[in-house]
Amino acid sequence: MDLSIFGYQFMQNAFLAAFFGGIACATIGVFVVLMHMPFIGVCMAHAAFAGALLGAWLDFNPLLGAFAISIMAAAIIGPLADRGEMNPETSIGAIFSLMLGLAFLFMGLMPVTKSVALELMWGSILTNTRNDIILLGIVAVVVVGLVLMFYKEIQATVFHRDMALSVGIPASLVFYGILFLTGATITVSLSSIGGLLIFSLILNPAAAAYQFTYSMKRMFLLAAAFGVTSGWIGLLFSYFFNIPSGATIVITSSLIFIISIILSPKRKVKKWQDEHTAEVVRD
Amino acid sequence: MIENKTSSTIIEIENAVVSYREDVALRGISLRVKSGEFVGIVGPNGAGKTTLLTLVNGLGKLVQGQVHVLGCRLTSGNGHILRKKVGYVAQMMSIDPRMPMSVHDVVMIGRYGRLGLFKGPGKHDHKIVDEVLELVGMTHLAHRPIGHLSGGEQQRVAIARCLAQEPQLFLLDEPTASLDWKAKMDILELVKLIHKSQKLTTLFVTHDLSALPAACSRLILMKDGLIWNDGSAAELLTDDYLSKLYDMPVPVVRRHRQEVVPV
Repeated sequence: MDLSIFGYQFMQNAFLAAFFGGIACATIGVFVVLMHMPFIGVCMAHAAFAGALLGAWLDFNPLLGAFAISIMAAAIIGPLADRGEMNPETSIGAIFSLMLGLAFLFMGLMPVTKSVALELMWGSILTNTRNDIILLGIVAVVVVGLVLMFYKEIQATVFHRDMALSVGIPASLVFYGILFLTGATITVSLSSIGGLLIFSLILNPAAAAYQFTYSMKRMFLLAAAFGVTSGWIGLLFSYFFNIPSGATIVITSSLIFIISIILSPKRKVKKWQDEHTAEVVRD
Repeated sequence: MIENKTSSTIIEIENAVVSYREDVALRGISLRVKSGEFVGIVGPNGAGKTTLLTLVNGLGKLVQGQVHVLGCRLTSGNGHILRKKVGYVAQMMSIDPRMPMSVHDVVMIGRYGRLGLFKGPGKHDHKIVDEVLELVGMTHLAHRPIGHLSGGEQQRVAIARCLAQEPQLFLLDEPTASLDWKAKMDILELVKLIHKSQKLTTLFVTHDLSALPAACSRLILMKDGLIWNDGSAAELLTDDYLSKLYDMPVPVVRRHRQEVVPV
Protein backbone atom coordinates (compact mmCIF):
# COMPACT_ATOMS: atom_id res chain seq x y z
CA MET A 1 0.00 0.00 0.00
CA ASP A 2 1.21 3.48 -0.84
CA LEU A 3 1.89 5.13 2.53
CA SER A 4 3.45 8.27 1.07
CA ILE A 5 0.19 10.04 1.93
CA PHE A 6 1.28 10.17 5.57
CA GLY A 7 4.63 11.68 4.65
CA TYR A 8 3.07 15.06 4.04
CA GLN A 9 2.56 17.32 7.03
CA PHE A 10 -0.66 18.77 5.59
CA MET A 11 -2.13 15.27 5.16
CA GLN A 12 -1.17 14.29 8.71
CA ASN A 13 -2.90 17.43 9.90
CA ALA A 14 -5.94 16.69 7.73
CA PHE A 15 -6.26 13.17 9.18
CA LEU A 16 -5.96 14.53 12.72
CA ALA A 17 -8.52 17.28 11.92
CA ALA A 18 -10.90 14.64 10.57
CA PHE A 19 -10.38 12.59 13.73
CA PHE A 20 -10.99 15.37 16.25
CA GLY A 21 -13.56 17.25 14.15
CA GLY A 22 -15.38 13.99 13.35
CA ILE A 23 -15.70 13.12 17.04
CA ALA A 24 -16.76 16.63 18.16
CA CYS A 25 -19.27 17.19 15.33
CA ALA A 26 -20.79 13.69 15.55
CA THR A 27 -21.27 14.05 19.31
CA ILE A 28 -23.08 17.36 18.77
CA GLY A 29 -24.98 15.62 15.95
CA VAL A 30 -26.56 13.16 18.40
CA PHE A 31 -28.27 16.10 20.15
CA VAL A 32 -29.23 17.64 16.83
CA VAL A 33 -30.83 14.42 15.54
CA LEU A 34 -32.59 13.40 18.76
CA MET A 35 -33.88 16.90 19.51
CA HIS A 36 -35.02 17.40 15.90
CA MET A 37 -33.14 20.60 15.18
CA PRO A 38 -31.08 19.87 12.04
CA PHE A 39 -30.80 23.53 11.01
CA ILE A 40 -28.92 24.58 14.10
CA GLY A 41 -25.71 23.70 12.22
CA VAL A 42 -26.46 26.13 9.37
CA CYS A 43 -27.68 28.77 11.81
CA MET A 44 -24.54 28.62 13.94
CA ALA A 45 -22.25 28.55 10.90
CA HIS A 46 -23.88 31.75 9.63
CA ALA A 47 -23.74 33.35 13.08
CA ALA A 48 -20.01 32.63 13.09
CA PHE A 49 -19.77 34.04 9.54
CA ALA A 50 -21.54 37.26 10.62
CA GLY A 51 -19.24 37.51 13.65
CA ALA A 52 -16.12 37.00 11.54
CA LEU A 53 -17.26 39.72 9.15
CA LEU A 54 -17.89 42.02 12.11
CA GLY A 55 -14.35 41.31 13.32
CA ALA A 56 -12.90 41.96 9.87
CA TRP A 57 -14.91 45.19 9.56
CA LEU A 58 -14.04 46.57 13.00
CA ASP A 59 -10.49 45.24 12.77
CA PHE A 60 -10.37 42.66 15.52
CA ASN A 61 -9.74 38.92 15.38
CA PRO A 62 -12.44 37.36 13.12
CA LEU A 63 -12.40 34.12 15.14
CA LEU A 64 -13.17 36.11 18.28
CA GLY A 65 -16.05 37.86 16.50
CA ALA A 66 -17.32 34.54 15.17
CA PHE A 67 -17.20 33.02 18.63
CA ALA A 68 -18.95 35.98 20.29
CA ILE A 69 -21.83 36.20 17.80
CA SER A 70 -22.47 32.45 17.61
CA ILE A 71 -22.42 32.11 21.41
CA MET A 72 -24.87 35.01 21.55
CA ALA A 73 -27.10 33.30 18.97
CA ALA A 74 -26.94 30.03 20.93
CA ALA A 75 -27.83 31.87 24.12
CA ILE A 76 -30.87 33.49 22.46
CA ILE A 77 -32.36 30.44 20.66
CA GLY A 78 -33.39 28.48 23.77
CA PRO A 79 -34.99 31.28 25.83
CA LEU A 80 -36.63 32.71 22.66
CA ALA A 81 -38.28 29.34 21.98
CA ASP A 82 -39.35 28.99 25.62
CA ARG A 83 -40.63 32.54 26.12
CA GLY A 84 -42.42 32.53 22.78
CA GLU A 85 -43.76 29.03 23.51
CA MET A 86 -42.68 27.77 20.11
CA ASN A 87 -40.74 24.90 18.61
CA PRO A 88 -36.93 25.42 18.84
CA GLU A 89 -36.76 25.00 15.05
CA THR A 90 -38.87 28.17 14.61
CA SER A 91 -36.57 30.05 16.94
CA ILE A 92 -33.52 28.67 15.06
CA GLY A 93 -35.08 29.81 11.75
CA ALA A 94 -35.69 33.33 13.08
CA ILE A 95 -32.13 33.64 14.42
CA PHE A 96 -30.71 32.13 11.19
CA SER A 97 -32.42 34.81 9.08
CA LEU A 98 -31.17 37.52 11.46
CA MET A 99 -27.61 36.19 11.20
CA LEU A 100 -27.81 36.10 7.42
CA GLY A 101 -29.08 39.69 7.46
CA LEU A 102 -26.24 40.78 9.77
CA ALA A 103 -23.67 38.99 7.60
CA PHE A 104 -24.88 40.86 4.50
CA LEU A 105 -24.94 44.14 6.44
CA PHE A 106 -21.36 43.73 7.68
CA MET A 107 -20.23 42.63 4.24
CA GLY A 108 -21.76 45.77 2.74
CA LEU A 109 -20.16 48.00 5.38
CA MET A 110 -16.70 46.46 5.02
CA PRO A 111 -14.41 48.74 3.06
CA VAL A 112 -11.71 46.09 2.44
CA THR A 113 -11.42 42.53 1.20
CA LYS A 114 -13.75 39.93 2.61
CA SER A 115 -11.32 37.08 2.15
CA VAL A 116 -10.59 36.65 5.89
CA ALA A 117 -14.22 36.04 6.71
CA LEU A 118 -14.79 33.95 3.61
CA GLU A 119 -11.81 31.78 4.55
CA LEU A 120 -13.45 31.11 7.88
CA MET A 121 -16.72 30.12 6.26
CA TRP A 122 -15.14 28.04 3.53
CA GLY A 123 -12.04 26.93 5.40
CA SER A 124 -10.41 23.76 4.16
CA ILE A 125 -9.40 20.65 6.04
CA LEU A 126 -6.15 20.56 4.02
CA THR A 127 -4.81 23.91 5.19
CA ASN A 128 -4.69 23.30 8.93
CA THR A 129 -1.64 24.15 11.01
CA ARG A 130 -0.55 22.28 14.15
CA ASN A 131 -2.19 25.04 16.22
CA ASP A 132 -5.53 24.43 14.45
CA ILE A 133 -5.22 20.73 15.26
CA ILE A 134 -4.50 21.47 18.92
CA LEU A 135 -7.59 23.71 19.03
CA LEU A 136 -9.74 20.99 17.42
CA GLY A 137 -8.32 18.44 19.86
CA ILE A 138 -9.29 20.68 22.77
CA VAL A 139 -12.82 21.08 21.33
CA ALA A 140 -13.20 17.30 20.99
CA VAL A 141 -11.94 16.68 24.54
CA VAL A 142 -14.23 19.39 25.98
CA VAL A 143 -17.31 18.14 24.09
CA VAL A 144 -16.75 14.48 24.98
CA GLY A 145 -15.77 15.41 28.54
CA LEU A 146 -18.94 17.44 29.11
CA VAL A 147 -21.13 14.67 27.68
CA LEU A 148 -19.47 12.13 29.99
CA MET A 149 -19.74 14.44 33.00
CA PHE A 150 -23.40 15.33 32.51
CA TYR A 151 -24.47 12.16 30.69
CA LYS A 152 -27.50 11.37 32.83
CA GLU A 153 -28.83 14.95 32.73
CA ILE A 154 -28.25 15.12 28.96
CA GLN A 155 -29.82 11.70 28.34
CA ALA A 156 -32.98 12.62 30.29
CA THR A 157 -33.32 16.06 28.68
CA VAL A 158 -32.72 14.82 25.14
CA PHE A 159 -35.28 12.05 25.68
CA HIS A 160 -38.04 14.25 27.07
CA ARG A 161 -37.48 17.72 28.47
CA ASP A 162 -40.69 17.89 30.51
CA MET A 163 -40.06 14.48 32.04
CA ALA A 164 -36.51 15.47 32.98
CA LEU A 165 -37.90 18.61 34.59
CA SER A 166 -40.49 16.63 36.54
CA VAL A 167 -37.85 14.45 38.25
CA GLY A 168 -35.91 17.49 39.44
CA ILE A 169 -33.30 17.83 36.66
CA PRO A 170 -32.75 21.48 35.63
CA ALA A 171 -33.78 20.56 32.08
CA SER A 172 -33.98 24.11 30.70
CA LEU A 173 -30.43 24.80 31.84
CA VAL A 174 -29.26 21.51 30.29
CA PHE A 175 -31.07 22.36 27.03
CA TYR A 176 -29.52 25.84 26.86
CA GLY A 177 -26.15 24.28 27.69
CA ILE A 178 -26.54 21.85 24.77
CA LEU A 179 -27.31 24.77 22.42
CA PHE A 180 -24.34 26.67 23.80
CA LEU A 181 -22.00 23.72 23.30
CA THR A 182 -23.32 23.26 19.76
CA GLY A 183 -22.63 26.92 18.96
CA ALA A 184 -19.14 26.84 20.45
CA THR A 185 -18.18 23.58 18.71
CA ILE A 186 -19.35 24.74 15.31
CA THR A 187 -17.57 28.08 15.57
CA VAL A 188 -14.25 26.71 16.70
CA SER A 189 -14.31 23.86 14.17
CA LEU A 190 -15.53 26.03 11.31
CA SER A 191 -12.21 27.41 10.10
CA SER A 192 -10.51 24.00 10.31
CA ILE A 193 -13.25 22.00 8.67
CA GLY A 194 -15.18 24.49 6.55
CA GLY A 195 -18.83 25.50 6.37
CA LEU A 196 -19.79 22.87 3.82
CA LEU A 197 -18.22 20.00 5.73
CA ILE A 198 -19.39 20.88 9.18
CA PHE A 199 -23.08 20.51 8.40
CA SER A 200 -22.60 17.04 6.92
CA LEU A 201 -20.25 15.94 9.73
CA ILE A 202 -22.85 16.96 12.32
CA LEU A 203 -25.91 15.44 10.74
CA ASN A 204 -24.92 12.38 8.68
CA PRO A 205 -22.90 10.30 11.19
CA ALA A 206 -25.48 10.80 13.97
CA ALA A 207 -28.40 10.11 11.61
CA ALA A 208 -26.59 6.95 10.44
CA ALA A 209 -25.92 5.83 14.04
CA TYR A 210 -29.59 6.41 14.83
CA GLN A 211 -30.46 3.59 12.40
CA PHE A 212 -28.52 0.93 14.30
CA THR A 213 -29.10 1.16 18.02
CA TYR A 214 -31.66 1.54 20.78
CA SER A 215 -28.99 2.63 23.26
CA MET A 216 -28.06 6.31 23.48
CA LYS A 217 -24.51 5.48 24.66
CA ARG A 218 -23.96 3.29 21.61
CA MET A 219 -25.43 6.00 19.40
CA PHE A 220 -22.77 8.46 20.62
CA LEU A 221 -19.99 5.90 19.98
CA LEU A 222 -21.27 4.85 16.57
CA ALA A 223 -21.80 8.47 15.47
CA ALA A 224 -18.20 9.31 16.42
CA ALA A 225 -16.93 6.23 14.55
CA PHE A 226 -18.96 7.13 11.44
CA GLY A 227 -17.76 10.75 11.63
CA VAL A 228 -14.09 9.81 11.78
CA THR A 229 -14.52 7.11 9.10
CA SER A 230 -16.24 9.59 6.75
CA GLY A 231 -13.35 12.02 7.16
CA TRP A 232 -10.61 9.43 6.67
CA ILE A 233 -12.17 7.63 3.70
CA GLY A 234 -12.99 11.00 2.13
CA LEU A 235 -9.37 12.14 2.53
CA LEU A 236 -8.03 8.90 1.01
CA PHE A 237 -10.28 9.30 -2.04
CA SER A 238 -9.31 12.93 -2.32
CA TYR A 239 -5.59 12.07 -2.25
CA PHE A 240 -5.58 9.08 -4.59
CA PHE A 241 -7.97 10.49 -7.18
CA ASN A 242 -6.83 14.11 -6.81
CA ILE A 243 -10.32 15.48 -6.17
CA PRO A 244 -11.53 18.13 -3.65
CA SER A 245 -11.41 16.74 -0.10
CA GLY A 246 -14.46 18.65 1.15
CA ALA A 247 -16.62 17.07 -1.53
CA THR A 248 -15.28 13.52 -0.97
CA ILE A 249 -15.86 13.73 2.80
CA VAL A 250 -19.41 15.06 2.39
CA ILE A 251 -20.22 12.38 -0.20
CA THR A 252 -18.69 9.62 1.97
CA SER A 253 -20.71 10.68 5.02
CA SER A 254 -23.86 10.81 2.87
CA LEU A 255 -23.13 7.32 1.50
CA ILE A 256 -22.63 5.97 5.05
CA PHE A 257 -26.00 7.48 5.95
CA ILE A 258 -27.77 5.96 2.93
CA ILE A 259 -26.18 2.52 3.53
CA SER A 260 -27.25 2.73 7.19
CA ILE A 261 -30.83 3.43 6.18
CA ILE A 262 -30.77 0.39 3.89
CA LEU A 263 -29.18 -1.91 6.48
CA SER A 264 -31.07 -0.52 9.47
CA PRO A 265 -32.47 -3.22 11.76
CA LYS A 266 -35.05 -0.62 12.84
CA ARG A 267 -36.40 -0.64 9.30
CA LYS A 268 -36.82 -4.39 9.54
CA VAL A 269 -39.04 -3.85 12.55
CA LYS A 270 -41.08 -1.46 10.48
CA LYS A 271 -41.14 -3.98 7.62
CA TRP A 272 -42.39 -6.64 10.01
CA GLN A 273 -45.04 -4.24 11.29
CA ASP A 274 -46.07 -3.41 7.71
CA GLU A 275 -46.35 -7.13 6.84
CA HIS A 276 -48.26 -7.75 10.02
CA THR A 277 -50.63 -4.87 9.23
CA ALA A 278 -51.06 -6.21 5.71
CA GLU A 279 -51.93 -9.65 7.11
CA VAL A 280 -54.49 -8.13 9.43
CA VAL A 281 -55.97 -6.19 6.54
CA ARG A 282 -56.04 -9.39 4.41
CA ASP A 283 -57.78 -11.27 7.24
CA MET B 1 -35.69 30.29 51.27
CA ILE B 2 -37.22 27.03 52.45
CA GLU B 3 -39.36 27.33 55.57
CA ASN B 4 -40.16 24.22 57.50
CA LYS B 5 -43.71 23.37 58.50
CA THR B 6 -44.39 20.51 60.81
CA SER B 7 -47.75 18.74 60.64
CA SER B 8 -49.32 15.84 58.84
CA THR B 9 -50.56 18.34 56.26
CA ILE B 10 -48.47 17.54 53.24
CA ILE B 11 -49.90 20.16 50.88
CA GLU B 12 -51.09 23.56 51.97
CA ILE B 13 -52.24 26.05 49.35
CA GLU B 14 -53.51 29.45 50.42
CA ASN B 15 -55.38 31.77 48.07
CA ALA B 16 -53.30 30.75 45.03
CA VAL B 17 -53.73 32.70 41.81
CA VAL B 18 -51.99 31.35 38.70
CA SER B 19 -52.04 33.11 35.36
CA TYR B 20 -50.79 32.04 31.93
CA ARG B 21 -50.69 34.57 29.13
CA GLU B 22 -54.00 36.41 29.29
CA ASP B 23 -55.87 33.65 31.11
CA VAL B 24 -56.24 33.23 34.83
CA ALA B 25 -55.95 29.47 35.34
CA LEU B 26 -56.51 29.44 39.11
CA ARG B 27 -58.53 32.22 40.74
CA GLY B 28 -57.55 32.11 44.40
CA ILE B 29 -57.85 28.54 45.61
CA SER B 30 -57.04 27.18 49.05
CA LEU B 31 -56.49 23.51 49.74
CA ARG B 32 -55.03 21.25 52.41
CA VAL B 33 -54.10 17.63 51.80
CA LYS B 34 -53.04 15.32 54.61
CA SER B 35 -50.42 12.61 54.40
CA GLY B 36 -51.81 9.34 53.02
CA GLU B 37 -54.93 10.83 51.43
CA PHE B 38 -56.08 9.73 47.97
CA VAL B 39 -57.62 12.78 46.37
CA GLY B 40 -59.48 12.69 43.07
CA ILE B 41 -59.66 16.03 41.24
CA VAL B 42 -62.52 16.17 38.76
CA GLY B 43 -63.84 18.87 36.48
CA PRO B 44 -64.43 19.84 32.88
CA ASN B 45 -61.57 20.72 30.49
CA GLY B 46 -60.08 24.11 31.35
CA ALA B 47 -61.15 23.95 35.01
CA GLY B 48 -57.55 24.36 36.24
CA LYS B 49 -56.94 20.75 37.35
CA THR B 50 -53.56 20.37 35.64
CA THR B 51 -52.52 23.85 36.81
CA LEU B 52 -53.27 22.78 40.38
CA LEU B 53 -50.91 19.82 39.95
CA THR B 54 -48.17 22.00 38.42
CA LEU B 55 -48.54 24.27 41.42
CA VAL B 56 -47.94 21.32 43.73
CA ASN B 57 -44.76 20.21 41.91
CA GLY B 58 -43.35 23.71 41.66
CA LEU B 59 -43.89 24.33 37.94
CA GLY B 60 -46.86 26.72 38.22
CA LYS B 61 -46.45 30.46 37.90
CA LEU B 62 -47.86 31.74 41.16
CA VAL B 63 -49.09 35.33 40.88
CA GLN B 64 -50.53 35.53 44.38
CA GLY B 65 -50.85 33.31 47.45
CA GLN B 66 -48.63 30.73 49.13
CA VAL B 67 -47.89 27.07 48.54
CA HIS B 68 -46.29 24.72 51.06
CA VAL B 69 -45.53 21.17 49.90
CA LEU B 70 -43.75 18.51 51.97
CA GLY B 71 -42.78 21.12 54.51
CA CYS B 72 -41.24 23.54 52.03
CA ARG B 73 -42.59 26.90 51.00
CA LEU B 74 -42.39 27.01 47.23
CA THR B 75 -40.50 29.90 45.67
CA SER B 76 -39.41 30.40 42.07
CA GLY B 77 -35.98 28.94 42.84
CA ASN B 78 -36.61 25.77 44.88
CA GLY B 79 -39.08 23.82 42.73
CA HIS B 80 -36.42 21.41 41.42
CA ILE B 81 -35.53 20.34 44.98
CA LEU B 82 -39.18 19.51 45.64
CA ARG B 83 -39.67 17.69 42.32
CA LYS B 84 -37.06 15.10 43.31
CA LYS B 85 -39.55 13.93 45.96
CA VAL B 86 -42.70 14.20 43.83
CA GLY B 87 -43.69 11.58 41.26
CA TYR B 88 -45.57 13.05 38.30
CA VAL B 89 -47.33 10.96 35.65
CA ALA B 90 -48.62 13.00 32.73
CA GLN B 91 -50.93 11.98 29.90
CA MET B 92 -49.48 9.47 27.46
CA MET B 93 -46.63 11.12 25.54
CA SER B 94 -45.88 10.55 21.90
CA ILE B 95 -42.48 8.83 21.74
CA ASP B 96 -40.44 8.34 18.59
CA PRO B 97 -40.45 4.54 17.98
CA ARG B 98 -36.74 4.72 17.09
CA MET B 99 -35.74 6.60 20.25
CA PRO B 100 -32.54 4.99 21.60
CA MET B 101 -33.89 4.42 25.12
CA SER B 102 -34.94 1.15 26.73
CA VAL B 103 -37.69 0.76 29.33
CA HIS B 104 -34.95 0.29 31.96
CA ASP B 105 -33.24 3.55 30.84
CA VAL B 106 -36.49 5.51 31.16
CA VAL B 107 -37.27 4.16 34.63
CA MET B 108 -33.70 4.96 35.69
CA ILE B 109 -34.40 8.65 34.89
CA GLY B 110 -36.51 8.57 38.06
CA ARG B 111 -33.28 8.01 40.05
CA TYR B 112 -31.32 10.78 38.29
CA GLY B 113 -32.88 13.71 40.16
CA ARG B 114 -32.03 12.13 43.51
CA LEU B 115 -28.49 11.18 42.52
CA GLY B 116 -27.30 14.76 41.99
CA LEU B 117 -24.51 15.99 39.75
CA PHE B 118 -21.47 13.89 38.76
CA LYS B 119 -22.86 10.66 40.23
CA GLY B 120 -23.81 7.74 38.07
CA PRO B 121 -26.38 5.11 39.07
CA GLY B 122 -25.00 2.36 41.29
CA LYS B 123 -26.10 -1.13 42.33
CA HIS B 124 -28.70 0.28 44.72
CA ASP B 125 -30.32 2.33 41.93
CA HIS B 126 -30.43 -0.67 39.57
CA LYS B 127 -32.00 -2.73 42.35
CA ILE B 128 -34.73 -0.12 42.86
CA VAL B 129 -35.40 0.06 39.11
CA ASP B 130 -35.72 -3.75 38.97
CA GLU B 131 -38.09 -3.72 41.94
CA VAL B 132 -40.42 -1.04 40.57
CA LEU B 133 -40.46 -2.73 37.15
CA GLU B 134 -41.53 -5.92 38.91
CA LEU B 135 -44.21 -4.02 40.85
CA VAL B 136 -45.78 -2.60 37.66
CA GLY B 137 -45.43 -5.94 35.88
CA MET B 138 -42.93 -4.78 33.27
CA THR B 139 -39.83 -6.85 34.12
CA HIS B 140 -40.19 -8.93 30.96
CA LEU B 141 -40.09 -5.76 28.82
CA ALA B 142 -37.19 -4.05 30.66
CA HIS B 143 -34.87 -4.13 27.65
CA ARG B 144 -37.50 -3.31 25.04
CA PRO B 145 -37.13 0.09 23.29
CA ILE B 146 -39.55 2.50 24.97
CA GLY B 147 -41.05 3.57 21.63
CA HIS B 148 -42.16 -0.01 20.91
CA LEU B 149 -44.59 -0.23 23.84
CA SER B 150 -48.35 0.18 23.75
CA GLY B 151 -50.01 3.17 25.43
CA GLY B 152 -50.94 1.19 28.56
CA GLU B 153 -47.42 -0.23 28.84
CA GLN B 154 -45.89 3.24 28.45
CA GLN B 155 -48.04 4.53 31.29
CA ARG B 156 -46.92 1.61 33.47
CA VAL B 157 -43.33 2.64 32.71
CA ALA B 158 -44.18 6.25 33.64
CA ILE B 159 -45.58 5.02 36.96
CA ALA B 160 -42.48 2.87 37.52
CA ARG B 161 -40.27 5.90 36.80
CA CYS B 162 -42.16 7.87 39.47
CA LEU B 163 -41.83 5.04 41.99
CA ALA B 164 -38.09 4.84 41.27
CA GLN B 165 -37.93 8.39 42.64
CA GLU B 166 -39.11 6.95 45.99
CA PRO B 167 -41.58 9.83 46.07
CA GLN B 168 -43.38 11.22 49.09
CA LEU B 169 -46.17 12.50 46.88
CA PHE B 170 -47.71 10.97 43.77
CA LEU B 171 -49.40 13.15 41.15
CA LEU B 172 -51.27 11.71 38.19
CA ASP B 173 -52.63 13.94 35.45
CA GLU B 174 -55.18 12.12 33.30
CA PRO B 175 -52.94 9.01 33.19
CA THR B 176 -55.59 6.94 31.42
CA ALA B 177 -56.52 9.46 28.72
CA SER B 178 -56.48 7.87 25.24
CA LEU B 179 -56.07 4.35 26.66
CA ASP B 180 -58.46 1.53 25.84
CA TRP B 181 -60.90 0.26 28.44
CA LYS B 182 -58.78 -2.70 29.60
CA ALA B 183 -55.57 -0.65 29.82
CA LYS B 184 -57.49 2.02 31.73
CA MET B 185 -58.78 -0.54 34.24
CA ASP B 186 -55.28 -2.01 34.68
CA ILE B 187 -53.72 1.41 35.35
CA LEU B 188 -56.45 2.30 37.87
CA GLU B 189 -55.90 -1.03 39.66
CA LEU B 190 -52.16 -0.38 39.74
CA VAL B 191 -52.59 3.14 41.17
CA LYS B 192 -54.94 1.72 43.81
CA LEU B 193 -52.44 -1.01 44.70
CA ILE B 194 -49.58 1.48 45.02
CA HIS B 195 -51.61 3.77 47.25
CA LYS B 196 -52.68 0.90 49.43
CA SER B 197 -49.29 -0.79 49.76
CA GLN B 198 -47.14 2.34 50.13
CA LYS B 199 -49.63 4.69 51.83
CA LEU B 200 -48.47 7.25 49.27
CA THR B 201 -50.35 10.57 49.25
CA THR B 202 -51.93 10.62 45.80
CA LEU B 203 -53.58 13.35 43.72
CA PHE B 204 -55.41 11.98 40.70
CA VAL B 205 -56.72 14.37 38.05
CA THR B 206 -59.34 13.34 35.52
CA HIS B 207 -62.14 14.86 33.48
CA ASP B 208 -63.52 11.38 32.85
CA LEU B 209 -65.62 9.99 35.70
CA SER B 210 -65.16 6.43 34.47
CA ALA B 211 -61.42 6.90 35.04
CA LEU B 212 -61.78 7.79 38.69
CA PRO B 213 -60.27 5.17 40.99
CA ALA B 214 -62.75 3.78 43.49
CA ALA B 215 -60.04 4.12 46.14
CA CYS B 216 -60.38 7.95 46.20
CA SER B 217 -60.99 8.88 49.82
CA ARG B 218 -61.73 12.46 48.89
CA LEU B 219 -63.01 14.26 45.83
CA ILE B 220 -62.40 17.82 44.71
CA LEU B 221 -64.63 19.27 42.02
CA MET B 222 -63.08 22.10 40.01
CA LYS B 223 -64.67 24.58 37.65
CA ASP B 224 -63.47 27.86 36.08
CA GLY B 225 -60.24 27.95 38.07
CA LEU B 226 -61.93 27.49 41.45
CA ILE B 227 -62.48 24.61 43.85
CA TRP B 228 -66.20 24.24 43.44
CA ASN B 229 -66.71 21.51 46.00
CA ASP B 230 -64.67 19.30 48.29
CA GLY B 231 -65.91 16.17 50.06
CA SER B 232 -66.22 12.41 49.87
CA ALA B 233 -66.87 10.68 46.55
CA ALA B 234 -70.19 9.35 47.84
CA GLU B 235 -71.37 12.88 48.68
CA LEU B 236 -70.28 14.56 45.50
CA LEU B 237 -70.80 12.00 42.76
CA THR B 238 -74.51 12.67 42.44
CA ASP B 239 -76.41 13.56 39.28
CA ASP B 240 -77.28 16.93 40.74
CA TYR B 241 -73.68 18.00 41.48
CA LEU B 242 -72.37 16.65 38.18
CA SER B 243 -75.12 18.40 36.24
CA LYS B 244 -74.02 21.73 37.77
CA LEU B 245 -70.31 20.95 37.36
CA TYR B 246 -70.54 20.08 33.67
CA ASP B 247 -73.42 22.48 32.83
CA MET B 248 -75.62 19.65 31.59
CA PRO B 249 -79.28 18.88 32.38
CA VAL B 250 -79.75 16.21 35.08
CA PRO B 251 -81.41 13.65 32.72
CA VAL B 252 -78.46 13.90 30.29
CA VAL B 253 -75.96 13.39 33.12
CA ARG B 254 -77.99 10.43 34.36
CA ARG B 255 -78.03 8.85 30.90
CA HIS B 256 -74.26 9.35 30.46
CA ARG B 257 -73.53 7.84 33.87
CA GLN B 258 -75.62 4.79 33.07
CA GLU B 259 -73.67 4.33 29.83
CA VAL B 260 -70.33 4.48 31.65
CA VAL B 261 -68.98 1.11 32.70
CA PRO B 262 -68.44 1.33 36.46
CA VAL B 263 -64.89 0.74 37.64
